[in-house]
Amino acid sequence: MYRFLAVIGVLCCAQPALSDVTLEATYLHVEVPLPPTLSNLDPIPHDIGLAGVRTGLADNETTGKFLGQTHILTEVMVSEGDDALAAARTALARSPYLILHAPADVQTAIADLPAAQDALIFNVSEGDISLRDADCRANLFHTLPSDAMRTDALAQFFVTKRWSDLVMIAGTHPQDLAYARAMRRSLEKFGLSLSAEKTWEFDADMRRNASQEVPLFTQDFGDYDAMILADELHDFGRYVLYNTWEARPVTGSEGLSALTWSPVIEQWGAAQLQSRFSEAHSRAMQSPDYAAWAAIRTLGEAVTRTGSAEATDVRAYMLSTDFTLAGFKGRPLTFRPWNGQLRQPIALAHPRALVAQAPLEGFLHHVNELDSLGLDQPESTCEAFQ
Amino acid sequence: MIRTTLATALLLSTTAHAGEIWVTNEKDDTVSVISTDTLEVIATYETGERPRGIIFSKDFSKVYICASDSNTVQVMDPTTGKILHDLPSGEDPEQFVLHPNDKHLYIANEDDAITTVVDVESRTVIAQISVGVEPEGMAVSPDGKIAITTSETTNMAHWIDTETQELFANTLVDSRPRHAEFAKEGTEMWVSSEIGGTLTVFDTGNQAEKAKITFEVQGVHPDKVQPVGFEFTTGDTHAFVALGPSNHVAVVNAETFEVEDYILVGRRVWHMDFNEDRSKLFTTNGVSGDVTVIDVASREAVKSIKVGRFPWGAAFRPTQ
Repeated sequence: MYRFLAVIGVLCCAQPALSDVTLEATYLHVEVPLPPTLSNLDPIPHDIGLAGVRTGLADNETTGKFLGQTHILTEVMVSEGDDALAAARTALARSPYLILHAPADVQTAIADLPAAQDALIFNVSEGDISLRDADCRANLFHTLPSDAMRTDALAQFFVTKRWSDLVMIAGTHPQDLAYARAMRRSLEKFGLSLSAEKTWEFDADMRRNASQEVPLFTQDFGDYDAMILADELHDFGRYVLYNTWEARPVTGSEGLSALTWSPVIEQWGAAQLQSRFSEAHSRAMQSPDYAAWAAIRTLGEAVTRTGSAEATDVRAYMLSTDFTLAGFKGRPLTFRPWNGQLRQPIALAHPRALVAQAPLEGFLHHVNELDSLGLDQPESTCEAFQ
Repeated sequence: MIRTTLATALLLSTTAHAGEIWVTNEKDDTVSVISTDTLEVIATYETGERPRGIIFSKDFSKVYICASDSNTVQVMDPTTGKILHDLPSGEDPEQFVLHPNDKHLYIANEDDAITTVVDVESRTVIAQISVGVEPEGMAVSPDGKIAITTSETTNMAHWIDTETQELFANTLVDSRPRHAEFAKEGTEMWVSSEIGGTLTVFDTGNQAEKAKITFEVQGVHPDKVQPVGFEFTTGDTHAFVALGPSNHVAVVNAETFEVEDYILVGRRVWHMDFNEDRSKLFTTNGVSGDVTVIDVASREAVKSIKVGRFPWGAAFRPTQ
């Protein structure tokens, strides 16, 4: 069973209507159980993603009221064990626009539904590289950066800092392994390599003895320039900082991280989005919130500019050179026409401040510097967009 | 950055009028006062939190400052730097414009999607107008009949009838409009779009788009060419346009709408104002924390002046 949380609509229009258009979209969140972590300091908000889509909807509604355009959002939560495909079918019968917070395999299964063939689906939760590569779908767009975009951002930072001697500790969860794979690929892409790698397999409670265990665990790395942590569930990484044998910077999932979004981003007008968001939701905006915001704002922008809510018009506009999204990252955001990934700068930040923003200076590209991050057209095996 | 002391010396000898450029320092909570004669900072005054928009009353006896994070407009005595009183402003005032009647401030409330109209004499809010998300750019026509608010996320110029304080038109522009100005005796209205990278020129009479100006700075990726603040030279023959993180100011021919020159200035150039005879232009450079002085005739940067952190707005005040 899934439940409808709310149906929100705006029917007013004080200004002369330029076009009488209604865009209806669905936010579909498939709940997934997460393994326990050592610390409960940072619980995942129950409305992750949803809060972003609500903020974006409010932005669209304000714009829409000046143009006689109406935006309607249906929010659907699929509980653990419930049928996500059935929920998606119901949503697609109502509207071709689906903003999806779901595991990668559920996303492709939904994209492959016969009812989804003319739909526009936005992935706001998965960085999985294969979704932008061999497993891409012509109806599946990605407003969340791929893991590769984030690890490329860190690799650019390593190159800039001349941190060439790198070591990595990876967890054992699939998300950790995927991040570690993406990192190895990025290091190779930018001419770097790992001098050593270890796996975090402890089952002890590190809150009590990290200071004893981590120095010993990291001692045999010898000297190096920086450590990379692949700990995407934030299980052990927080206990590694300041406990390493050598006094070296920690990067990756903790320490200096490559992020889609972070509360520390305040430049480029971002302070306004942050305060709008936190005022409405009583918490800071996180990466899936940002991706969901960008997805619904993309739809809003397409309807504003084309005056049409037809999926074929919206898709054509999104992939055209006319489309730009002002995403508070200092550059116009556009979609890669070969795999549906939203191009965007990546924040390199620690929890207290933005350190840099990738692409870093000097990383050039013949089409768009943002394409120095993630799978570039010649690398991607995605053929669905051809 | 270009520092040509020789050119400065030449420039000084031709200066006829004394005056000051007042610059708000967004991250220092101060204003820096620059002498247009000596091109040096002659005073620094404290303000409320995050000062951005700055404007003088018509007789220059008062200076109004948007203290964004203090949620107020401060009124300062420019001869002493003392805050006289605060004005109600709505939340998060960013930019504003003073109506030709010298009484009504039209204020963009960035966090609230509202334009607030404040009577500076009675110190009361006389109207609040719902506009698009993140209103920023503000302008008023020379005859005072039309006020403009641009909204950054809605991507529109909202046209306000100042008699009724109601919107009578909403026109789409490119992504993230930042600044608006009327030109040529109010017959044209110009809007800059930071992320779209363009300036849109409207015919005021019918609010129709008349021209769109694009920019191309050699050696700078087009994504980084982001037009923000702009001002017109004497007779509105040319517009000087700040291009944000491209660190250049463009000189646009206001008749042909073609770009004639690009001038290298400080980092993340944002807003600007002229001295009294408009022979010198002062640009605020947010990231480098300085002000570039441009000689308007030769279109060259002649000096950079260190001010506070993240200089934002600039306004001229004559002193004699």
